[in-house]
Amino acid sequence: MRIVIVDDSGLRATVLEEGLREAGYDDIHFVPPRGAFVARLERMAPDVVLMDLGSPSRDSLEEMLIVSRALARPIAMFVDQSDEAMIGAAIDAGVSAYVVDGLRKERVKPVIDLAIRRFNAFARMQSELLEAKTALAERKTIDRAKAILIESRGLAEAEAYALLRTTAMNQGRRIAEVAEALITASSLLGGKS
Amino acid sequence: MTPLSIAFLALTDSAVAVAAREMGFAAEQGIDLTLVRSDSWATLRDRLVYRQVHGAHMLAPLAIAVTLGLGQHGCALATPFKLNVNGNALVMSTGFAAALDPDPARRIDDPVATAHDFATAIGLHHRKPVIGIVHRFSSHALMLRYWLAFARIDPDRDVALRVLPPSLMVEAMGAGEIDGFIAGEPWGSAAIEGGLAEMVFAGVRIWQRGVEKVLAFRADWMEANPELVDRLLVALARAAAWCDAPSNHADLARMLALPGYVGQSSELIQRALTGEIVPRAGHGALAIPDFVMFGREASGFPWRSQALWIYSQLVRWGMAARDPAGERAAANVFRSDVYRRALGGSGQPMPGASMKLEGAIAAPLAVGAHAGTLTLGPDRFFDARVFDPQDLGAYLAKFEER
Repeated sequence: MRIVIVDDSGLRATVLEEGLREAGYDDIHFVPPRGAFVARLERMAPDVVLMDLGSPSRDSLEEMLIVSRALARPIAMFVDQSDEAMIGAAIDAGVSAYVVDGLRKERVKPVIDLAIRRFNAFARMQSELLEAKTALAERKTIDRAKAILIESRGLAEAEAYALLRTTAMNQGRRIAEVAEALITASSLLGGKS
Repeated sequence: MTPLSIAFLALTDSAVAVAAREMGFAAEQGIDLTLVRSDSWATLRDRLVYRQVHGAHMLAPLAIAVTLGLGQHGCALATPFKLNVNGNALVMSTGFAAALDPDPARRIDDPVATAHDFATAIGLHHRKPVIGIVHRFSSHALMLRYWLAFARIDPDRDVALRVLPPSLMVEAMGAGEIDGFIAGEPWGSAAIEGGLAEMVFAGVRIWQRGVEKVLAFRADWMEANPELVDRLLVALARAAAWCDAPSNHADLARMLALPGYVGQSSELIQRALTGEIVPRAGHGALAIPDFVMFGREASGFPWRSQALWIYSQLVRWGMAARDPAGERAAANVFRSDVYRRALGGSGQPMPGASMKLEGAIAAPLAVGAHAGTLTLGPDRFFDARVFDPQDLGAYLAKFEER
């Protein structure tokens, strides 16, 4: 079974490819949705096309599916229109799948299920990465605010942190927000920031 | 508060849905409105068909095509409300436009002459011109085909139509992949502002009251939730009136400019709202009244004759087979009965009929209305043809004669 992955994100496509190879699929190709990607796709004669649901190029792909004379058999969105739970999960995960006419749904379903799982795993990875980045940025902000307090009020580091924490608790805000406000105020007052 | 979600694309004509949420018209009706941005019509369609959202800001011909089962998958959709009238423009690369009338005002004012010039320009161009359309089942594509065919240009032979999402049109022009495109605003203005393109026609000069985006539901969901649908229509009708008021255009443009909605500059977005159109980079603005309309003249009213006009064009271009069942199904997508039920008591002017001749009004005309007074603006096609929804066969036959 020839599977073509149309995807902008190199990382997500790799995550998906790994999963497919582990499951024993080995005829896998990538096409980034740029320029004349539709013509490349046509030449590859795929059985299954997997595409990011959020890709703006889906309309171009579907147009190709309607007008293409090169494709021997029509390709339709998903395979089993009656399986609404699967389609709902695919849409939630951001997977769209086009499957060549005549391919049995028992053969296609594992591919789509796998794509759903991998897309979900990728989304989790992305959000964890974002969280880690945010946490790092907040740490830096808090360190800068502490430095300002240490210098301007002669506090020890632990005292500076305690002051930020108490202020945050009293105002019902996050420590990073209080730190940010302090840095802004300090720079307005002409201090180092 | 009842939660309700509507999928939309980043276009100026998502304005009514955006204003319904941001200006509190939906909340006034007890609706907690969520707007779900989609980056392709395919994804917007899938979200609606597979019940991931309740409603969608949809191309009118797409709602009909999905109902008829053309293209990907069939599902009965229904539209009780049009979200706007007009708003398209055809822009072409400065190189291609050099073969047209050099004065953009004259070019836009006279689509008949421009169509003939366009036919000549095709011959002069170094390749078969590639024109971007947003979808085969779009009002834009049908309008472009109608205009090209007037000058005996075969849209399937003499030009190459290429489907691209509106947000990628400008990039594709910059890369030389397309020679022009027809899309909703602000994308035409964005290409003009970037010095890549010039305006060739404004949709309002091709069909003075052209159908554009509609609010589409799954027909079964709409039937099962009449009370909620009615409340939403009241909210949308108020939002549409707010969007049309010139004093609100600056606020509306700023709202649409937010990254979660259209994400382009408010100055660009405002051009279509005010009808002050810059047709070429550095050129003064031209006044093009009614460039896009939201609520005036009961423009939300889904005339069944307009659904039939769309069907006539799908048949004309071989995208749909003509049969009585298809004709009925297409007309039934536009649910003027639901519009009447929802807005009957709201003081909105209410047309007395559900069908009319399309393209027959040359000057503002007071028409029979159930409530208040209703004056319809001119709705002529640039070639002066009139569409009689009762006689589709005769209308189609006349295109063949030429």
